Amino acid sequence: MIEVKGLRKSFTLGKRRKTRTVEAVRGVDLSVAEGEIFGFLGPNGAGKTTTARILCTLLEPDDGHAVIAGADLRKDPAAVRTKVGYVPQGGTTTDEVTAREELVLQARMYGMHKTEAVQRTEEALASFELTEFADRQCRTYSGGQRRRVDIAMGIIHRPKVLFLDEPTTGLDPQSRAHLWDEVRRLRDAGMTVFLTTHYLEEADALCDRIAIIDHGEIVALGTPTELKHGVAGDVVTVGLNGDGPRAAELLTGRDYVHNLELGDDGLRLYVDDGATAMPQIMRALDGGDIHFDTVELHRPSLDDVFLIKTGRSLRDK
Amino acid sequence: MKFLRDTWLVYTRQLLLVWRTPARLVIGFLQPIAYLLLFAPLLKNALASAGARTYADAYRIYVPGLLVVLVLLSGFFAGFQLLGELRSGVIERSRVTPVSRTALILGRAFSEVTTLMGQAVVITIVALPFGLTVEIGWVLLAYVMLALMALMACALSYAMAMLIPSPAALGPLINSVSQPLSLLSGVLLPLTLAPGWLVTIAEWNPIYWTTNGTRALFTGNPGDTSVWLGMLIVVALAALTVTWATRMFARQVR
Repeated sequence: MIEVKGLRKSFTLGKRRKTRTVEAVRGVDLSVAEGEIFGFLGPNGAGKTTTARILCTLLEPDDGHAVIAGADLRKDPAAVRTKVGYVPQGGTTTDEVTAREELVLQARMYGMHKTEAVQRTEEALASFELTEFADRQCRTYSGGQRRRVDIAMGIIHRPKVLFLDEPTTGLDPQSRAHLWDEVRRLRDAGMTVFLTTHYLEEADALCDRIAIIDHGEIVALGTPTELKHGVAGDVVTVGLNGDGPRAAELLTGRDYVHNLELGDDGLRLYVDDGATAMPQIMRALDGGDIHFDTVELHRPSLDDVFLIKTGRSLRDK
Repeated sequence: MKFLRDTWLVYTRQLLLVWRTPARLVIGFLQPIAYLLLFAPLLKNALASAGARTYADAYRIYVPGLLVVLVLLSGFFAGFQLLGELRSGVIERSRVTPVSRTALILGRAFSEVTTLMGQAVVITIVALPFGLTVEIGWVLLAYVMLALMALMACALSYAMAMLIPSPAALGPLINSVSQPLSLLSGVLLPLTLAPGWLVTIAEWNPIYWTTNGTRALFTGNPGDTSVWLGMLIVVALAALTVTWATRMFARQVR
């Protein structure tokens, strides 16, 4: 449904003399199957939004190719526009108009006749549970309601692919869960969904497949389970008080430690089997006369995947 | 056909927004009305040397100038709204649809022009009880001239906004263009009162001709040179600025 090869985009920032070029997207390749929820996970500034905006025809790529729902992005952006829907970050509802007016206008912008636009609007309002306040001005809506209007606008022309840019940023947990259900419902109805997010939980719970992006490059790609399995069996975190570097030195190269990351408050150790590794780690630390506050055992999370691939934690951002 | 339909869609949406935010409309009125009530009454005596013998004469000279200021200055500020809409994502939402790019900007410009013409009509009506008498046919022609001036000002403002997309820098730029343009057109007092050198400079200012043309139509002198010359100038300028603005917009937003 989406095939992307070697996508690149850089921006020139700054005034005439002091310009610098930022490579926002540096050779992205990806392939999204029909009817899947594909997540683009990464910190702010990783190139997620830029990629989504390129694929929706809003930005022209510097290089690379993309075919979306059979339409070539560079040769025929007009055809792409009829096949994709886009819901930008932050939303676009206007305070002074009603949800019904917004939806009818958006439908008509896609070329529908008035009667058809009105009918589609009725359907969209009903399916997103907006009928009740469809004739109130958008200024009166809650964040979750506004978001639902945004998404209803994005799918009013029944696109093959829906792009959602940070769909749940700023929503309360309940609205977020509600929105996840809406997105799953769209997928189950056959729509392909491409969403960007910087929430690990969202990528883990909602997406069928994930690409982790950092500094404009995809660093990992797979289902959430595959990605987490790729890390290691278990993760042991050791809470340390200042002895971090010494502990890291001590544990580096031990045969039961695959990989190790030193953070501000301690160590993360990637091991095959936590139950056997934990006592060995504690003995080693004792032997080195290093005091530790806590030792905990976890299943690896997507954050561990991110940490191993980039050396940074997504949670800190 | 698609282009006209799309322009209509954008135009009606923008007018709906104007209708739903009446505060903006009212603020647009306040200043011209204040001038009409508090400044214009001085003019019968002040304009005696320009041939005003009655209040009606004074208002026929003053009201058209006031309307020119209204459409020019308000039109020049249309770029700010465009900047806001470009930033908020409202235009982006339209850009992912196949809607005509030219329609996105023309529909906006036409809605501004309509709003300004509505204000111009109200101001004219408010001036009637003060003794303004006009001939309806010629005044309608004057409105056409004003509408074209409004369109020109809007388009110019849009183009400048895309050239300098920072509101902080755009404001001073617009002021530095609009102030000499309006002073050198005699919108407050006709330049018949001006020394010769000032008139010589003003004759290079296109707005001078359109202002004089509007004034001639209000005073019932449709045969005046400034009417056809002003009309010619404003048609050319409107066509030029609209082409410029739509081209820049299409290039910028893809």
